Amino acid sequence: MKKVTFYVIEGKSFAFYGGIIVSVFFILLGLFAAYNMEHHGHIITGMNNQIVWGIPHVFAIFLILAASGVLNVASISSVFRKIFYNPLARLSALLAITLLIGGLSVLVLDLGRPDRLVVAMTSYNFKSIFAWNIILYNGFLLICVVYLWFMMQRSMQRYYPTAGLIAFTWRLILTTGTGSIFGFLVAKEAYQTAIMAPLFIALSLSLGLAIFLLVLLIDYWETHCSLGDGILTRPKKLLGVFIVGVFYFVLVYHLTHLYFTGRHGIEYFVLAGGGVYTVLFWAGYVFLGTILPLLLLYHDRFTNNRISIAVAALLTIVGGISLLYVIIIGGQAYPIDIFPGKEIIDYGAMHSSTMYSYTPSIWEIMLGVSGIAIASFLTVVAVRILPFIPRSLSDTDLDETFKH
Amino acid sequence: MNVSTQNRRDFLKKSAAITVAPGVLLYSVSPKAHHAEKPVTSETRWGMLIDTNKCVDNCTACLDACVEEHGLTEDVPVEIKPVWIRKVTVRDKQTGRETFLPLMCQHCENPPCVDVCPTGASFKRADGIVLVDRHTCIGCRYCMMACPYKARSFVHEALENQKPHSPRGKGTVESCNFCVYRIDHGMGPACIEACEAEGHEAMIYGDMNDPESEISKKLKEMSSSVLRPDLKLNPGIRYQGL
Amino acid sequence: MKILMILGKLSLGLLLIMTVSGVSSGEVSMPEIPKAKNNFSAEQSCVEPIDLMRREHGLLLKHYRHDTMRRGIRTSEYSLIACVNCHVTADESGNYPTVHHGSDHFCRSCHTYAAVNIDCFQCHTSKPQESFSSDMEPVQSD
Ligand code: SF4
Ligand code: SF4
Repeated sequence: MKKVTFYVIEGKSFAFYGGIIVSVFFILLGLFAAYNMEHHGHIITGMNNQIVWGIPHVFAIFLILAASGVLNVASISSVFRKIFYNPLARLSALLAITLLIGGLSVLVLDLGRPDRLVVAMTSYNFKSIFAWNIILYNGFLLICVVYLWFMMQRSMQRYYPTAGLIAFTWRLILTTGTGSIFGFLVAKEAYQTAIMAPLFIALSLSLGLAIFLLVLLIDYWETHCSLGDGILTRPKKLLGVFIVGVFYFVLVYHLTHLYFTGRHGIEYFVLAGGGVYTVLFWAGYVFLGTILPLLLLYHDRFTNNRISIAVAALLTIVGGISLLYVIIIGGQAYPIDIFPGKEIIDYGAMHSSTMYSYTPSIWEIMLGVSGIAIASFLTVVAVRILPFIPRSLSDTDLDETFKH
Repeated sequence: MNVSTQNRRDFLKKSAAITVAPGVLLYSVSPKAHHAEKPVTSETRWGMLIDTNKCVDNCTACLDACVEEHGLTEDVPVEIKPVWIRKVTVRDKQTGRETFLPLMCQHCENPPCVDVCPTGASFKRADGIVLVDRHTCIGCRYCMMACPYKARSFVHEALENQKPHSPRGKGTVESCNFCVYRIDHGMGPACIEACEAEGHEAMIYGDMNDPESEISKKLKEMSSSVLRPDLKLNPGIRYQGL
Repeated sequence: MKILMILGKLSLGLLLIMTVSGVSSGEVSMPEIPKAKNNFSAEQSCVEPIDLMRREHGLLLKHYRHDTMRRGIRTSEYSLIACVNCHVTADESGNYPTVHHGSDHFCRSCHTYAAVNIDCFQCHTSKPQESFSSDMEPVQSD
C-alpha cells in the first residue's frame, strides 16, 4: 500500500475565511438566542407545557446521531480492517468529536437552568437514561480523542485497532442510549417501543455517512486535490444501504403500531391527520429523504455524478431531520391517554383542545442552527491546525488498496 | 401591635418550638400528624381519595385554592400556564356518562418522573410525596416527557414575590406538592380544605398505611380505582365512581 | 494561525471591556447593611454567633434545606423564611425592598459588595410575607 500523507490546510483561501466567518456569525446568533432564553425564560420560545422539547432538541439529537454515525468510516477501516477507508479515518473521528460538541452545546444551552451544568455533571441519578447519556457522551468524546491520537502518532499505532474497537462498541451503546431516551417513556404512545434504539442506530449511520460525504466533497472541491471516483463508490453504495435500513425500521415501527389496535390513533395522527407532521413524514422523510436520494444514488443517469451524490447526501440529512421532527415533536403533540375508554371533553385550564400546536420561534431556530455552526467551526479550525486531510485520494494513489 | 413586634413574636415562637424541650410546645393538629422536627418516614404513605360523584360541574374551588396557596398567578398564555391541579370532564365512549374530577400529580409509588430525572431533582419523600428539588433541577423537562398524567409544568418566565412556603422559579419544573409544608404541620392540602368549605367534600386525604385512618377504611369498604392501572405506578391518588 | 490570533485578541478585548465597564458601573463602596428587626435572644443577636453567620450562612442554609426538603424537618431556626422576615426591613413608606433591584435589600447589599451571585431568590421570595403558618397558633401541651 502506498503511504498516505496528510496535510494541514493552508488557511488562505476564500473558503476557509468564509467558513470561519459564517460559522462564527451563526454561533454568535445562537449564543445571543441562548442569552435571551436564559434572560426572559422559555416564554420566548414556542415550547410549552405539552411540547416540552422543540426544535433545539431536533437539532441536538440530529447532531448527536450524526456524530456517532460519522465515526463509522473510521470503524470500518480499523474494526473491519478495510484499509481502503484508512485515509479517511482521521477526518471521520474528527467530525465525530465536533458534531457531538455541537449537539451537546445546543442541548445544554436549551436547559431551563444552563448555569447548573455543574450540577448535571456532578449529581447523577443512575436510574436515569439521561444521566447515563451524559456519561456516554463524555466518554465518547474522550475515546474519540484517544483514538485520533493513536491514529496520528506513529508509536501508538499498534493500539489503534483496539482503540477502534472500543470506539465502535461505545458508539453502538451511545446510540442505543440516545434512542432509549425516548424508548423508555411509558407515558407517550409514540415512543414506547423497543424499535426506537435500532431505528436510531440506522438513522445515525445514514446521517453520519451523509455528512461525511458532504464534507469530503466540499473539502476536495475547495482544495482542488484529487478525489478519485473509486473512493466515492463504496461509501455511496453504503449510503444507499443505510437509507434503506432506516426505512425498514420506520416501516417496522409503523407496522407494529398498526398491529396494536390501541395505537391506531397515533398512527392516524402521523400518517394521515397530523397536519405538519404528516406533511413532514411523507414529503420530508419519505419523498425527499428516502426516494429521491435512492434515485440519485442508483439511477444510471445520476449515479456517476458528484453533484448528485452531494444532493443525495443533503437530502438524506433533510429527511433525517424531518423524521426526527415527526418523532420528537409529533410524539409529544399527540395527546396522552390518561383515561382509556373515555374521552376528555374539557381539560380545565387546558381548555377545549387537547391537541397542542407548536410553532418554533426564531430564537430556538437560531440556537439549533448554531449547533451545526459550532461543529463546522471546530472542524475548519482543526484541519487548519493538525493534519487530518489526506493529500490525495485519487484512484491511482490508492489503487493498491483495492487489492485488499 | 406593630409589624416588628408581631414578627418578633412569631420568630421566637417558632424558634421556641425547637429550643424548648420537646413536648412543651405542640401545634394543634390531628392525632396522626408528624412532628415537623422529626424526619418523615415510610411508615406513612400520604394519599387522597376523590369521590367523583360529589365533584360538581362549574365548581373550581380546589383550583382557585391551589392558585392562591402557591401563588400560581402569572399572566401567561394558557399553553405555558402553570397548572398543578386541573378540572377534567370525561365522557365514557360507551355509555356517554360524564364525570368531573380534579387531576393533579398522582404521587406515584413508582414515579416515572423520578426514574428519568438525570440529577435526582425529582424525588419521592419517604412518606410518598413526590417533589421537585428546585436546587438541583436543571430544567431539562425530561420528567414532563415521562409523566403519564401531564401533571407537571415548566416555569417559562422569571418570577417575583413567590409565596414564602412555596418557592418556585424560572427554568425549573413543578407540580402538585401535596401542600407538603401544611402536611408537615398537621394540616391538609389547600384544595381539600376548599372543597370542604364549599360543602362538596369530594376529597379526603390521609395515611394509607394506617388501617385506622379514614382513607384506609373507605378504600377498604368501597371500590375505587387509579388512573392507568396498566402502568403499575400505584398512584397515591385514588378515584371513586370513575 | 493568524485568524486564531485575531480571534484570541478579539475575545481578550471583549473580556477587558466587560470587566472595565463592570467595575465602573459597580463603584466599590462599603455596603450599607440594613439592621435586623430583632435579636434572636438576650445573649445572642442572630441564630448563631455573628462572625459564624457572616462566613457560613450559605453552608447552614444549604445543610438545612436538605433536611427540610428531603426529610420534612421544618424547624424555623435556620429557615430562609425566618431570615428574610427578620433581616429584610421596610423603608419609610413601609415598602420592602426586593433583592432583584437596587441595593437596599439586606442580602443584596453585601452580595453586591462581595460580588457573589445569589441564586436563592430566583425561587424564594425576597420579601417578608405572611406565611401560611402565621395563622396557626401553637398551643401549650401539658
Ligand atoms: S403523576 Fe407524574 S409527576 Fe406525579 S409522581 Fe406520577 S409521574 Fe411524577
Ligand atoms: S426538569 Fe428538573 S426535575 Fe425534571 S427531569 Fe429535568 S432536572 Fe429532573
